[in-house]
Amino acid sequence: MSSPAISLRGVRKSFDGGASFAVDAVSIDVAEGEFLAIIGGSGSGKTTTLRMINRLIEPDLGEVLIEGQSAFALAAHELRRRIGYVIQGVGLFPHLSIAENIAVTPRLLGWPREQIEARTRELLDLVELPAADYAARMPAALSGGQRQRIGVARALAARPRIVLMDEPFGALDPLTRDTLTSAYRALHDKLGVTSVMITHDIQEALLLADRLAVMADGKLIALGAPADLAGGDAPPQVRALLDMPRRQAKRVRERLADG
Amino acid sequence: MDDRFATAWARLPDYLSQHVMLSASAMALGLLLSLPLAILAYRNVAVRWPVMTLASVIQTIPSLALLALFYPVLLALSAATSGLGLQFSALGFLPSLLALTLYSMLPIIRNTVAGLQGVDTDIREAARGVGMTSRQMLLSVELPLAAPVIMAGVRTAAVWTIGTATLSTPVGQTSLGNYIFTGLQTENWVFVLFGCASAAALALIVDQLLALIESGVARRERRRVLAGAAGLALGVVLTLAPSLAGARAGYVIGAKSFTEQYILSQLIRDELNEHGLSAQRRTGLGSSVVFRALAANEIDVYVDYSGTIWAMQMGRTDQPARGDLFEDMSAWLLETHGVRALGPLGFENAYALAMRRDRAEALGVSSIADLARVAPRLRIGGDFEFFGRQEWAAVRDGYGLRFAERREFQSTFMYRAIADGDVDVISAFSSDGRIAALDLIVLEDTRGALPPYDAVLLLSPARADDEALIAALEPLLAPSRSRRCARRISWSIATPISVASVKRRRPWRVRPGSIKRAPTSPAPSPPPLRSDGPPLHRGSAASLARRRGVLPSMRGRICPIARRPSRRASHLSRAHR
Ligand SMILES: Nc1ncnc2c1ncn2[C@@H]1O[C@H](COP(=O)(O)OP(=O)(O)O)[C@@H](O)[C@H]1O
Ligand SMILES: [Mg+2]
Repeated sequence: MSSPAISLRGVRKSFDGGASFAVDAVSIDVAEGEFLAIIGGSGSGKTTTLRMINRLIEPDLGEVLIEGQSAFALAAHELRRRIGYVIQGVGLFPHLSIAENIAVTPRLLGWPREQIEARTRELLDLVELPAADYAARMPAALSGGQRQRIGVARALAARPRIVLMDEPFGALDPLTRDTLTSAYRALHDKLGVTSVMITHDIQEALLLADRLAVMADGKLIALGAPADLAGGDAPPQVRALLDMPRRQAKRVRERLADG
Repeated sequence: MDDRFATAWARLPDYLSQHVMLSASAMALGLLLSLPLAILAYRNVAVRWPVMTLASVIQTIPSLALLALFYPVLLALSAATSGLGLQFSALGFLPSLLALTLYSMLPIIRNTVAGLQGVDTDIREAARGVGMTSRQMLLSVELPLAAPVIMAGVRTAAVWTIGTATLSTPVGQTSLGNYIFTGLQTENWVFVLFGCASAAALALIVDQLLALIESGVARRERRRVLAGAAGLALGVVLTLAPSLAGARAGYVIGAKSFTEQYILSQLIRDELNEHGLSAQRRTGLGSSVVFRALAANEIDVYVDYSGTIWAMQMGRTDQPARGDLFEDMSAWLLETHGVRALGPLGFENAYALAMRRDRAEALGVSSIADLARVAPRLRIGGDFEFFGRQEWAAVRDGYGLRFAERREFQSTFMYRAIADGDVDVISAFSSDGRIAALDLIVLEDTRGALPPYDAVLLLSPARADDEALIAALEPLLAPSRSRRCARRISWSIATPISVASVKRRRPWRVRPGSIKRAPTSPAPSPPPLRSDGPPLHRGSAASLARRRGVLPSMRGRICPIARRPSRRASHLSRAHR
């Protein structure tokens, strides 16, 4: 069996010289092609954990393996060119056109020009923004949802085998968000990538992910498929978390029936 | 009016070209230094504070002082490195360039740091996330996004630099400031206005072109950026053409910052040109600056005054006879600096204390000794140098002078001040035409506290034996004049002239810039002060000009020394004793 796409082994990170730990001894293996959602309250260490995977944050302790190799075997920027990264703020470069934004990583990797152009068109099709209309536009001329699609396209441009997403659609309206999350899941399956997505929406996590990692106070308190976590041996706070969407769904049904 | 405007206009290519060369170099150097410093300060918090503080502190130094400071620093540096075969001039371009460069740095540094700090954190995170190195992030994300703010800083710096460059004239760098400084000295307000207007116009044009670039950068419109840059490049090339075309002249003539010196330097240049030698002038230099520049071979020739050298350079307070002083001075100059005193020009220009006639008579003052009695009730005005000079210490201590108030003026305004009664006594040049024009009297120095001030041609060590130069300057020297004049000189050297006699002498007036128009015939009474031309020191540069045929109608009519102790005047001075 091949090694996991991502392997965190006992990683710890403190921002205050060891007085407290933003991430405390977290170990997770993410299999190739798996979709993992990290869920937890605000400040529970989700972002810090994710950013240690592509070394935007260096762990104080522990190991990070990417496809079986230490993440520290490469220069950090080379590692990052191999891993797609999407953030809530999108961070499109405002001085570059949509096409140029998508082409950033291939360009850094020194791809030939024609190949970059072909790839850009392909990605715009993939995120359903026709190149003819959008390639030359500037980011300011897009809606929030469109910008986030470009953010995804940019992350996928250099054909990464791993994509990290930090609350990518958190700032969008629920309808757009639903469309985009489903669209992304479809892309994930189509491209066969490994995805790790942070979300604070348990419903979204349950609907989307193969497995869930639940964090609290810097610790990983549960890790498993939705059905496993709902089982009796999960910690009470995890069960409460999973109960919530069930209760909500029930009430929604009742109210719609009443009406 | 038209005439002075035409003169000003004729000098524009030269002044503008030098001004543009200086400000463009300072801006280029400023950018080259500021950008890396600003980037360093942005990345490294430990560096940020010292860099920003230093730039702010430099900004608080008055610009003229900053320019003046670089001269001694460079001179010391030049002396220290001359052993290594490194030769550079501490005067003119270099000190101006360094001062202006430092001056231009604050707005660029401040705006660059602010612009970089203003880049959105999400964008910075995304740049790292897609795999940029910090260098790639800086070049392709941070700097382009900060560019509009940086350009605004560059604009501010450019306007400051162009304005401040006018102040480089006193350290010997030609600029549009030459109009202003010359105009101020010679009361040529057309020049002053022309200088202000041309500097302001230049600043405005550059600012607008940079604004075009700035807006192009902000809107990411390449066309605007290119148009602005092309405009700037074209302007620099066009204005630099005159100074690049004509190679700089061979001999450098220095001049201090008052009217007589401007005219003398012009005379010397004309004389050299007549002998087929090319020359350029560096006018408006400070008294000590000009001497040190000569000793350092940065200028080749200038006119100084024996008393000034005696007191300022030699630090002497004793008062030998005229001839002895000249001999001692020549020997000292040669020994200590290798400077050659080529010879006296045959006229003097002494520091003296002057009062308005009505005021002096009302107080019963005719000598400095008289003045000492009433001084505690009076206000004295001096030029910027006077109170720092040995001569002032000598008269002050020699007569026990104590004044109620002491004020310093630019010399033009010093004369205005005494005319208007703002001060009671001033430090005048004994040969200044304004003494007669304003009906001032020169107070007699009965104790001989003030040394004689014979104008003397000095040559730099490198030119001390330059035959061609000496032959060209020969006609200006006193001994080459008619026998009658020569006799008078020896007479005047043998006979100390009472300063009181000076007041009877007549002012001659010469237009600034061009000593072409002949003055009206020498009438016995001084002409009134006219506003279109400066008063000229009497018996001095004007007569020399006339003698040299620069004033054709006066040729051969006047021997300057001949009229110095006019019969009436010497009677008067005898009567005073
Ligand atoms: N750069 C940082 N410097 C200091 N503390 C940080 C930094 N980043 C995160 N933290 C702290 O670490 C903890 C975890 O943060 P984070 O991983 O961002 O949480 P989450 O993404 O789950 O909201 C929080 O207490 C946060 O304040
Ligand atoms: Mg977070």
